[in-house]
Amino acid sequence: MSTTDQVAANVPAAELNTYLFIAAVLFVCGIVCMATKRNAIGVLMGVELVLNGANLNFVAFARFTRLGLDGQVVSLFVIVLAAAEAAIALAIALNFYNNHLTIDVDRADELKG
Amino acid sequence: MIWTLGAAAEAGEPGLWAKFLGLLASVVDAVAWPFHEGTVYVFGAMAVACAIAVVVSQNVVRMAFWLILSLAATGALFFSLNADFVGAAQLLIYVGGTLVLLIFGVMLTASGPFLQIKAKPGEMVLAGVVGMALLGVILSSAISVDWDKHAPSPEKAVGIGFNSPAEGNTTRELGMKFLGANPKDIGSQKATLSPGYLLPFEIVSVHLLVVLIGAAYLARAKRQKAPVVDPT
Repeated sequence: MSTTDQVAANVPAAELNTYLFIAAVLFVCGIVCMATKRNAIGVLMGVELVLNGANLNFVAFARFTRLGLDGQVVSLFVIVLAAAEAAIALAIALNFYNNHLTIDVDRADELKG
Repeated sequence: MIWTLGAAAEAGEPGLWAKFLGLLASVVDAVAWPFHEGTVYVFGAMAVACAIAVVVSQNVVRMAFWLILSLAATGALFFSLNADFVGAAQLLIYVGGTLVLLIFGVMLTASGPFLQIKAKPGEMVLAGVVGMALLGVILSSAISVDWDKHAPSPEKAVGIGFNSPAEGNTTRELGMKFLGANPKDIGSQKATLSPGYLLPFEIVSVHLLVVLIGAAYLARAKRQKAPVVDPT
């Protein structure tokens, strides 16, 4: 095990699999949140959880693999795009609320053919 | 009572104040850099538990609260991964910006006849089963990979002007990446340039500007229009 001897100088406190586990739980919680919530803002929170889990994966791979700093750059892009997405989705939700007096996504079926 | 306390503080009781400062310093010391081994698990458990609470709770305001805690714990995990700039950006933009936006959305829409919108219990059970299956698939595929093969090479190129990892070494390198340069290219004899992220950075910044203008246009207060007269 020469590789373990080489990286023994900077032994990580927790292994990559720990972060992968946390990120997977965040991702699945976001998916379930998107699927079950009928409130449009609840669905938006599920999207935020999914993006956050993916972000945690990117940063963990940046630390523990040869991906290097590029993973952190991608996670910064994800954070900015999540902010933009939240702004535009909230504007749409407010418009929908002004027109329908509810943000139940099950009632947003007027475009159905 | 308060007056006597204030008088005591005015008269300067150095013992009390020093004791308080010492307590504060010890508390800061306990949670500060470098992260102890257990801190990662504490924040990881906090992120996971708060994410599950977001799914389980039915009230939108409580969901927002649990989401704040989950995102903040994830930011702490970023710090533990030596990603200090990303952790700070997570706390500033996500927790400080996006979540405030979400809470404003909750407050602007949480009135009216549909305050509590609940899913049916059968749907929750079905979603839980599907979610556990998805979690099993993701975890089994993640564990089956041997990540040690992709471990980073031990020698890290840290040039002059770049801090040590203990002080947070990512900010300057991230800035150079966004400017389209790679710190490893400095002083190297080869005339090759690593690809940077200048173009994606510009695209994202213009995208953010356009999206914010569009959001302000969509969510603006509608003026009462004069009734349109049919020209025919």
